[in-house]
Amino acid sequence: MQRGASPFNIVSVALGLAFLYLPITILVIYSFNASRLVTVWGGWSFAWYRELLNDVALLQAAWISLRVAAFSATAATVLGTLAAVALVRLGFFRGRLLFSGMVYAPLVMPEVITGLSLLLLFVALNVDRGFWTITIAHTTLTMCFVTVIVQSRLIGFDRSLEEAAMDLGCPPLKTFLTITLPLIAPAIAAGWMLAFTLSLDDLVIASFTTGPGATTLPIRIYSEVRLGVKPEINAVCTIMIAVVAAGTIVASLITKGGVARRERAALGAQV
Amino acid sequence: MQESLQKRNWSGRAVLLLPYLWLVVFFLAPFVIVFKISLSQTAMAQPPYLPVFDLSTGWAGLREFAAQLSPDSFRLLFTDLIYLLSYLKSLQVAAISTIILLLIGYPFAYGIARAPRGWQPLLVMAVVLPFWTSFLIRVYAWINILQRDGLLNDVLMRLHIVDAPVSWLSSDTAIYIGMIYSYLPFMVLPLYAALEKMDETLLEAAADLGCPRWKTFWLVVVPLSLPGAAAGALLCFIPIVGEFVIPDLLGSSETLMIGQTLWNEFFANRDWPVASAIAVTLLVLLLVPMLFYERLQQRSLEGGR
Repeated sequence: MQRGASPFNIVSVALGLAFLYLPITILVIYSFNASRLVTVWGGWSFAWYRELLNDVALLQAAWISLRVAAFSATAATVLGTLAAVALVRLGFFRGRLLFSGMVYAPLVMPEVITGLSLLLLFVALNVDRGFWTITIAHTTLTMCFVTVIVQSRLIGFDRSLEEAAMDLGCPPLKTFLTITLPLIAPAIAAGWMLAFTLSLDDLVIASFTTGPGATTLPIRIYSEVRLGVKPEINAVCTIMIAVVAAGTIVASLITKGGVARRERAALGAQV
Repeated sequence: MQESLQKRNWSGRAVLLLPYLWLVVFFLAPFVIVFKISLSQTAMAQPPYLPVFDLSTGWAGLREFAAQLSPDSFRLLFTDLIYLLSYLKSLQVAAISTIILLLIGYPFAYGIARAPRGWQPLLVMAVVLPFWTSFLIRVYAWINILQRDGLLNDVLMRLHIVDAPVSWLSSDTAIYIGMIYSYLPFMVLPLYAALEKMDETLLEAAADLGCPRWKTFWLVVVPLSLPGAAAGALLCFIPIVGEFVIPDLLGSSETLMIGQTLWNEFFANRDWPVASAIAVTLLVLLLVPMLFYERLQQRSLEGGR
């Protein structure tokens, strides 16, 4: 692509970013508003954050959400990485078309369909719904995102190191664990992060697959939001945004560090 | 040699088995069940549908089970206008949103692709970051702005553009704003990916041969970015058709989108067969764009090998 941005280019990027960030910024600012009304600025205050600490139901929901996200992201990372390795390394195998179809479909499948179908499965199997059914549902939803991320890393990957190890008599499993895995680790970490935030964020699938005693944070927020804007919800949202922003920045630093290290190593190899 | 090949084959199968089984059990099998229940009838029972599949009754039970299946739920979908209007509304919202997203997303992605090299990762990150914050939060942020005593009305009234507060919420305008806001990163990223890897020498060649800039844009840049535009459009269109949260929180309760109708049939009316029938028809409706998207996805991931 040719360099040199025209004024039109600069304006469209600036407007696009403003559109993306203005609503979130407003939400964050108003979470510190002492007044209950959106249009009245009552000065800076932490009142709504203090109120959150007393909201036991909300804190409980947040704890459940974090646990579901941690469990499902970990399971999704294992399954998604295996699927990516299979898709990139196995070449043609029987049932590949079905497999790749199943891997990519959840990326665009409307959530209401995935949620409904999983619920009906759990009902048919006569499983008690709750924490673990949400976790299984989120694992299924998020593993395809991990697969796509890890797959693109595996494709742009120099196989000569693996081949060297194998030539020197390293068994395939050990080669995978000591050579391949460290090299694709940044992609796996990014996949885990994405799976974690997607799980933390999901309302629709969780609503279908939840049971008594397993109210996640989005379900809780949703039931409050339907009743109108509340400053406490602004505060919850601000905390979630802060957590996610911090996580994303850390993840990008890890990936960047990984890339820089690899580039240094490649340079060293050339010298 | 032979032995090592076999060994690799064996470990390859082990790698494949776990995710394959997981997807068959938790992704494919549920659809079979949805299809089966869409052919059932509602009942005042637990679970609330009939017939219930029971292998212990043997062959006779199985035959009786098959005899009780009926396409009544589907018949209802095609005769009751509510459902038809719901589908049409979903398609309309998805189509218009996708077009607006293309119109807004293209100059945005083009601007990023033409920014200095060092800036580009930062700008891409800035587009991705809102995608990482909760969907629900992003929709909720707009309620703060669009509600009757919200910020937009406040600003408009102070500027004397309107005299009385306008109800922005609970309208189609609000749905479109929510859709465009939530799906913009999905449009911008594939477009940027296509524009970024474009060969600069093609543009130089066009310029050298005396082609004006706007003509180069139409004849070279736009055609080469079409795969990115198609990926972005599908990535937005398909989920928007089935969207639930955005129309539920921002839209009116007059004409529901199909995701809301499914939700209501299931949670409010407890009519599981009709909800399942809606899911089946929605899936059929989206099958073609989905297959198209999978082709694109596969080509972009595996074509670069």
